[in-house]
Amino acid sequence: MATSPSFSRPASARGPAVAFEGVAKAYGSTVAIACVDATISPGTFVAIVGSSGSGKSTLLKTVNRLIEPDTGNVRIDGADVASQEPHQLRRSIGYVFQNIGLFPHMTVAQNIGIGARLATGKPLAEARVATLLDLVDLPRDFAARLPEQLSGGQQQRVGVARALAGEPGLMLMDEPFGALDPVTREALGEQYRALHERLGLTTIMVTHDMAEALLFADRVWVMDAGRIAADATPAQLIAGGCGAEAEALVAVPRLQAERITAMRHAEGKLGA
Amino acid sequence: MTLDWPRILDLLAQHVQLSFAALGLALLIALPLAIWSVRSRTVASVTLGFASLIQTIPALALLALFFPLLLALSTVFGDAISPLGFLPSLLALTLYALLPILRNAVTGLRSVEPAMVEAADGVGMTGLQKLWLVEAPLASPTIMAGVRTAAVWTIGAATLSTTVGQPSLGDLIFAGLQTQNWSLVLAGCLVAAGLAITVDLLLGLIESGIRWRRHKRIWGAGIALAAGLAIALWPAPQSDKPVVTIGAKRFSEQYILARLIGQRLEKAGYAVRYREGLGSAVVFRALATDEVQILVDYAGTIWTNEMRRQDPEPRADMIAAIARWANAQHGVQLVGALGFENTYAFAVRPDDARRLGLRSLDDVVRVAPQFVFGTDVEFLERPEWQMVQAAYPLRFKGRRAFEPTFMYRALALGEADIISAFSSDGRIAANGFVVLEDPKGAVPSYDAILMVSRSAAADPQLVAALKPLVGAIPVEKMREANYRVDRDDDKQSPADSAAWLDEAISTKPSSPSPQGTNR
Repeated sequence: MATSPSFSRPASARGPAVAFEGVAKAYGSTVAIACVDATISPGTFVAIVGSSGSGKSTLLKTVNRLIEPDTGNVRIDGADVASQEPHQLRRSIGYVFQNIGLFPHMTVAQNIGIGARLATGKPLAEARVATLLDLVDLPRDFAARLPEQLSGGQQQRVGVARALAGEPGLMLMDEPFGALDPVTREALGEQYRALHERLGLTTIMVTHDMAEALLFADRVWVMDAGRIAADATPAQLIAGGCGAEAEALVAVPRLQAERITAMRHAEGKLGA
Repeated sequence: MTLDWPRILDLLAQHVQLSFAALGLALLIALPLAIWSVRSRTVASVTLGFASLIQTIPALALLALFFPLLLALSTVFGDAISPLGFLPSLLALTLYALLPILRNAVTGLRSVEPAMVEAADGVGMTGLQKLWLVEAPLASPTIMAGVRTAAVWTIGAATLSTTVGQPSLGDLIFAGLQTQNWSLVLAGCLVAAGLAITVDLLLGLIESGIRWRRHKRIWGAGIALAAGLAIALWPAPQSDKPVVTIGAKRFSEQYILARLIGQRLEKAGYAVRYREGLGSAVVFRALATDEVQILVDYAGTIWTNEMRRQDPEPRADMIAAIARWANAQHGVQLVGALGFENTYAFAVRPDDARRLGLRSLDDVVRVAPQFVFGTDVEFLERPEWQMVQAAYPLRFKGRRAFEPTFMYRALALGEADIISAFSSDGRIAANGFVVLEDPKGAVPSYDAILMVSRSAAADPQLVAALKPLVGAIPVEKMREANYRVDRDDDKQSPADSAAWLDEAISTKPSSPSPQGTNR
């Protein structure tokens, strides 16, 4: 996304560390998170992958307390998230999710400025809205539009701008690009990764797309039946030896890539 | 007949005040209940169940039920709670308006998408911020649709508040219905319908304004509604004359006598207001609480309904006993008897009377199994009917209840064979009906008596203005006056008929005999 010298977060800043300590959650007899102990170092981009029902979204939502764990703690830079009022906690964490959730009765500017309005009662300054629109590569005159006048990809860019408006150090993304077409998803993923770098964020992103995880994340957590079955770098995952669940998930994009390469080779030979 | 526009506008203003107050109160109750209901299934089933239950009670009955309830409360809390007029009307209409507002608000709030709720939580809204910034705006079109329904219902049902003594456009409808003045009925209906449609349109503008985010539209319609209410609340130009309120029940004779008294008092320098169409159960109470200052009632009605007496007494003793009781119990002063009686008169068609040899109620006993008994709506529940039955073993083939107007037609058309007519009604003679004698004296006497409330009794000038009416109205003149209003051709308004009656009893000295009855 576009360079924007006026975005005030200093480049040297680093997002916080996040730690899960014995976090578990069950709905009746269904175990959503078995028992998770894991840490994320400052400024890391972690992707959580796994099949449906593996507990990846549940784990993500324990960080901003949209879901309260039955046992265990989540700490951000050492502070237990349970020690803060949920709404106070959430205002300091960026949150982007698949359904986007732009408020249909508010303009783009009002959506982006909602955090400022909640905290101070005043709308966000026009210049600041413009900066945030620049950041997510949207024209500035979109500020006055309503969400329904935007395409799905444009709406999610506004969703990202809204999440970044409060200058959070930590971003939680729950299948953020899942509902978008592949071209838009790729472009947005790429641009977000660049933003993550430039703003020095800590990002936790849940995705069901293994290729997305491998291409954009620093670390990938493979979840299975409520546990983290593998915690590795993309390179390590591709090299193999990270367990059966990880192998199965990595196999899909690898096989697709090999088949596409094979097709191109075949075509090349025919052309020759 | 020309319409009395200043009166219609005054009633419209009262109608607006009542229905807006009820609607506002219903909003104040229903919206918090809806928010609570959305958060708890148990609360939702209780509140929606209660509101639905209320809705199954006919509005007229709901209004009537508040009378005994508030009467009981007023004995505890004193005069601050009036069982008549604005308060019972407000409460009944408010309850009636709850359901549409509550149901739509619950539906609207429940249909807010989960993604909106998750987004609201995710950006760090508190519960109140979520309600105010997200849930309420998204549910508001649905809520407004409920408010519109409630507004139309309330404005329509407010016409019924006339029966508990609250002036409304229903005054025109009820008066017109009883005197068969259809233009008056139509005027009441059209003005009420016009009000309902106007309010609905304005609320519709607000609804679409919210839906499409047209703030000017919301403000414009809101200001129009507020202006309408402000005009309705604007105090009518106060005359410096003392104001007297005259009460009247729901039939022609009462409307005429109220006007007769009113016209005389206006000449004596008073400003007069009318509270017409009162139910006969509430009318004496209105006098006792000084909500109306002047009333014509009937001796037998007070005797049986208010004093709970069933033992017949000679007429003069009865009136004297009523005067003592009313003064001692309620501070009400009996000015005097007007000179005629309006009793229950059992009437049959002349051909039946001849063919079957019917002269008295004793004769009816033998033909009763072939006869259908037509009555007004309340007679069969009144103690007089018990007293008649005790004296004469009447077993009719069937019974039918009519509005008084239609009772006479029913007898003429053969829909009923005997009716409980009113002896001063001009339609008995006009139809040639034969009135049967009551040899056992089962029906008490119903001398028309003029009564004034505590405050009016303290005004000697007022009482002096009323005194000339005592003993001044013979039954023939009253019948003629009634018939002028009740007949189908060349119908007169109660006010015109009252003017005629005033003339008739002034020019010719009235018969000194108070015995001007048909018995």
